[in-house]
Amino acid sequence: MFAFIVRRLLQSLIVMMAVALLSFTMFRYVGDPVNQMVGIETTLAERAALRERLGLDDPAYLQFGRFLFNAAQFEFGISYQHKKDVSKLILERAPATLELSFISALFALLVGIPMGVYTGLHRESPISKFLLTISLIGISLPTFLIGILLIFIFSVNLHLLPSFGRGEVIRLGFWTTGLLTPSGLAAIIMPGITLGLFQMTLIMRLVRAEMLEVMRTDYIKFARARGLTDRAINYGHALKNTLVPVITITGLQVGSIIAFAIITETVFQWPGMGLMFLQAVQNVDIPIMAAYLMLIAFLFVTINLIVDMLYYVVDPRLRVDRATTGGH
Amino acid sequence: MRIKQVAMAAAIALTIGVAGAGTPTKAETLKWAFQGDAQSLDPYSLNETFTLGFLGNVYEGLIQRGPNLEISPGLAESWELLSPTHWRFHLRKGVKFHNGNDFNADDVVFSAERVRKDGSDMKTRLTPDTKVVKVDDYTVDFVTEQPNPIIYYEWSTWYIMDKEWSEANNATEPTSVTEGKENYAAFNTNGTGAFKITSRETDVKTIFVPNEDWWDERRHNLTEVIFTPISSDATRVAALLSGEVDMMYPVPVQDMDRINSNAGTSVLAGPELRTIFLGMDQFRDELLYSNVKGKNPFKDVRVREAFFRAIDIEAIKQKVMRNLATPSAIMVSPFLFSRSDEFERPAHDPARAKALLAEAGYPDGFEVTMDCPNNRYVNDERICQAVVSMLAKVGVKVDLLAQPKAQYFAKTLGPKYDTSFYLLGWTPGSFDSWNVLYNLIICRDETGSDGRGKFNNGGYCNARVDELTDMILSETDPTKRDAMIHEAYKIVQDEWGMIPLHQQGLAWGKADNIDLAQRADNQFMLYYVTKN
Repeated sequence: MFAFIVRRLLQSLIVMMAVALLSFTMFRYVGDPVNQMVGIETTLAERAALRERLGLDDPAYLQFGRFLFNAAQFEFGISYQHKKDVSKLILERAPATLELSFISALFALLVGIPMGVYTGLHRESPISKFLLTISLIGISLPTFLIGILLIFIFSVNLHLLPSFGRGEVIRLGFWTTGLLTPSGLAAIIMPGITLGLFQMTLIMRLVRAEMLEVMRTDYIKFARARGLTDRAINYGHALKNTLVPVITITGLQVGSIIAFAIITETVFQWPGMGLMFLQAVQNVDIPIMAAYLMLIAFLFVTINLIVDMLYYVVDPRLRVDRATTGGH
Repeated sequence: MRIKQVAMAAAIALTIGVAGAGTPTKAETLKWAFQGDAQSLDPYSLNETFTLGFLGNVYEGLIQRGPNLEISPGLAESWELLSPTHWRFHLRKGVKFHNGNDFNADDVVFSAERVRKDGSDMKTRLTPDTKVVKVDDYTVDFVTEQPNPIIYYEWSTWYIMDKEWSEANNATEPTSVTEGKENYAAFNTNGTGAFKITSRETDVKTIFVPNEDWWDERRHNLTEVIFTPISSDATRVAALLSGEVDMMYPVPVQDMDRINSNAGTSVLAGPELRTIFLGMDQFRDELLYSNVKGKNPFKDVRVREAFFRAIDIEAIKQKVMRNLATPSAIMVSPFLFSRSDEFERPAHDPARAKALLAEAGYPDGFEVTMDCPNNRYVNDERICQAVVSMLAKVGVKVDLLAQPKAQYFAKTLGPKYDTSFYLLGWTPGSFDSWNVLYNLIICRDETGSDGRGKFNNGGYCNARVDELTDMILSETDPTKRDAMIHEAYKIVQDEWGMIPLHQQGLAWGKADNIDLAQRADNQFMLYYVTKN
């Protein structure tokens, strides 16, 4: 077990290094940060001096080494655009993204599971077919289009919901939350739906498939033979057994919700990490881009690590295989 | 009956009284949005229109620019020229910074030092050799090496900072990202201007309140201003249409009709100072990106004229810019040069262009690559596409390379000047032609040590224009000066040195109950806003 964890940790470290190297190589092609940092009248000599002070002229391996050295100490420098410490910036922006991700995951579960159950139980009903069609739209329309459509309907035409921002926020220590104010709650509805729509469709289809599968199994037939009510069979037996894969998928998807909040945050001017990252890309704000990519990589690596270890605990066959083939 | 009348009169009086009492204290909150945020609250960290305009509501310079960009006294009440190189500025008395500190000559001397320090992006506001001398508490002298008639033209955006406040908060140096530490002045302000910033969340929200002790006459009726950056065009438009913001800019050209047709909102369009133009590499002996080898076609004046004549500027104005552009004959906005109406734009003439190309030895045209930004100017990429198709009609095959500004500027600007044919835009910071000539038109200084011709990416060079530019800098007689400027522009036009296209337009979206002044430099000044 111990050796397995160590090996896994080492692999994770290698993945992180690879991400660092990749993102670092990429920065050399996004453009020149210096021209975004100075006005038009700054002389070439001053531009060159700034480039030099930022260390952009050093050989790539030196820049990479310096970056790794600092990153290992959670030191990502000062943002070129915001003139602010990047770690601080990310901490400031994290609550907005995490709340949005949480709400959209909740939306995906609360809407996706009942829809999946219903369409699984009533395969032929017109409502099921309608729901399936809707979910197809949810999967095939691009996120920004869904966002713009929602804004057009609910903000511009109906004047019901705000089209941008996070509303009033309350500060609780280092955390800011919009979930405790009416304007904050109104503001999260549309971005939450936009971001959660894809996951909702995924969960609905997963639950539906599992339900169809489970309903054919023997124990459901026996339950029916015993004369249990439909309600007890559908929810007590069938649904319970479909939830295991749903939980696994949801867990894995949380990472991607956070990572892919970029588009939704841009459409709704949601002041989270994704919006900050996108603006950083446009302005070649290398410290922010580097820190954000490392953070997302860290998130995925951690989730995968936990999942792997859980499998290891749950599935005894893994242990046997590793012991015989790995040899250590 | 009588009782009824009395009661009615009382009710009316009460209503009027309430209304009357209510009016002056009625809260008028202005909400506005722009596509980005000010990069820093440090007034010397970035020489860029939006950041400077944003801070111009909080800080002030020695002079001011009015709604039509005319110069008027600001923190200086008056100024005089003691000798051609010696200016005396008389400061306004009784002005206080937002924290209550007095404004005086020490603050001006301090700001003059700070603006020229490393890390400042506003060094051009005062040349390094200008001596700034305190005469008494309310008099400051500026002594220059050579005469400079426009020394104060750019000072409306050289904002005066408080010496005591900067020292107390360890902000005597401009913000620099290379030092690896934050600067107090980048997140806090202490100006003398019409508004104070009470809350600042970068990229999220900034709140302004009026400065009750402002020395100037109050022309606005706002009690609070909330600024939000909204980067997505569609969302910004939606925020205006839904009434969540009262004012926003820029309006995407394709959404102008939508905003105008919506009840309660409209687009305020006007000319901007920025001139969009095309440049050609006339410097290298062989073009970097062309199928012509061994020579540079752009060195031939006939080829340059052919390019100019091939472009149908009216089509660009109508189809691409939807009339939000003013075609231009010279490299500066007519607002900024008194004799610009003496210039006429040479006519669009594709037949003549073809003939010229044939004369120059390219009867079948040639190939060249064009560099173009796609997120910098209004419809920049679409202008380039139109140019490509117009040149195709006279036989020139243009390969268009449109890129985001971060890549575009890294490639085409110095020291690389890695381009053969490009599109660029320019607004002179001083609102004066010398800036245009010095930065864009005079011969490039290859060492790059001073600023001469640093944005002359095509390397156009004419000795007489160079000479004129230096004379214009120190000529104090306005008539003579304008004659020199005229001569310089005439030479460039006769040599077809660059292809000016147009001044792009400004488009601000606003709610109908807002009155504001739209300045041609695209700075939004909150102190001209009234809300009904």
